[in-house]
Amino acid sequence: MLTKRIIPCLDIKDGRTVKGTNFLELRDAGDPVELAMRYCEEGADELVFLDITATTEKRKTLAALVREIATHINIPFTVGGGINTVEDVRVLLDNGADKISVNTSAVKRPELINELAMQFGSQCVVVAIDAKLINNTWMVVTHGGRTPTSLTALDWAREAAARGAGELLLTSMENDGTKNGFALDITKTISEAVAIPVIASGGAGTMEHFSDVFKKANADAALAASIFHFREIPVQELKRYLQVQQIPVRL
Amino acid sequence: MKTVIIKYNAGNIQSVLFALERIGIQAVVTDDAEEILAAEKVIFPGVGEASTAMQYLKERELDKLIVSLKQPVLGICLGMQLLCAYSEENDTSCLGVFEQVPVRKFRNKETAFKVPQTGWNSIQQLKGPLFTQVKENEYCYFVHSYYAILNEFTTGTTEYIHPYSSALQRNNFYGVQFHPEKSAKAGEQILKNFLTL
Repeated sequence: MLTKRIIPCLDIKDGRTVKGTNFLELRDAGDPVELAMRYCEEGADELVFLDITATTEKRKTLAALVREIATHINIPFTVGGGINTVEDVRVLLDNGADKISVNTSAVKRPELINELAMQFGSQCVVVAIDAKLINNTWMVVTHGGRTPTSLTALDWAREAAARGAGELLLTSMENDGTKNGFALDITKTISEAVAIPVIASGGAGTMEHFSDVFKKANADAALAASIFHFREIPVQELKRYLQVQQIPVRL
Repeated sequence: MKTVIIKYNAGNIQSVLFALERIGIQAVVTDDAEEILAAEKVIFPGVGEASTAMQYLKERELDKLIVSLKQPVLGICLGMQLLCAYSEENDTSCLGVFEQVPVRKFRNKETAFKVPQTGWNSIQQLKGPLFTQVKENEYCYFVHSYYAILNEFTTGTTEYIHPYSSALQRNNFYGVQFHPEKSAKAGEQILKNFLTL
């Protein structure tokens, strides 16, 4: 039986893991390679690395880090942050990334999704959608949540899937960093509207939140950062809990 | 011992290269016929679309070369599918090592099943040397929209919508639908088993 995936996310800044609250106030959470290896041991199903300060000058540093990660971990991992072109993606895949994620650049130029899917296959194209509730509608926001757009999250999810995205990573900016639970409504809406997997992100604080997002919102995977980094919820313990809740997990 | 990875237009070969490196094997990525023929082990990976991959192989006559190989060959994901007889993906005639075995598309009658299948699923009814020290119902990582039906060469099965072949073997030809290079310790064991055949 296909299992639900638990995905720790590592936000990377200048080669270190950091985690902010509502994308602000960064605090240090250690060496990404060390942390990644710990997650593999603990039974994480996949990892996501988001370079939150990715700039052109720093791309070489990121590529080197990706190579270092690839030589150490034996589960799939996604790399995102500052990816604008087919060439950016090629560099990351050549250095061992299994998937890449695009966010702002795809909103600005949606054809990028088609180009990446055509060139590298849909299986490695994750479209990250940051959603914010504006006048009671879930809207897409970009640039790490700072810039509003005129796209609804649902329309953009459908379009990204149609253009060849292999998965969607949906982050609720309302819930991110709050530890009050995932945004169940928009996760469910999108998961049921597209035929590709949806990774829910933002708001995990308890083990029950994970159970809810799988059972009530039909997410295919759930992503979290700080609760895993600081061992508030160990990955292994979370999976045992989910198994008791009769949610299929890899143990 | 020399291990080669067949170079063609279906990536992502890097992941396989890194996985082999993690278990201490330096493989060579090549499309050179002599080098492939001389190798002790041949890995035929692949992620991508069947018809363009077959066309590429034919143009370089790699299709004839692959089916003639006598050493152990491991097809991974699309590589395994291309070793079958036929794929529904753009109505493609494949290499036919796994004689008469068709590759079909997952049809999700219920929305509960997403296509492609993406993630960790279990492998059952394991047979043959590839699965030495791999326990029944072990989890492996899958990403695919097409599958090989159950057939006489099946050495492992998985269930998604319905049961299908997640592993095949015919003589020196092995195929796995999942990605051993991304399947944690179980995947490493399977790669080691192949490399010590």
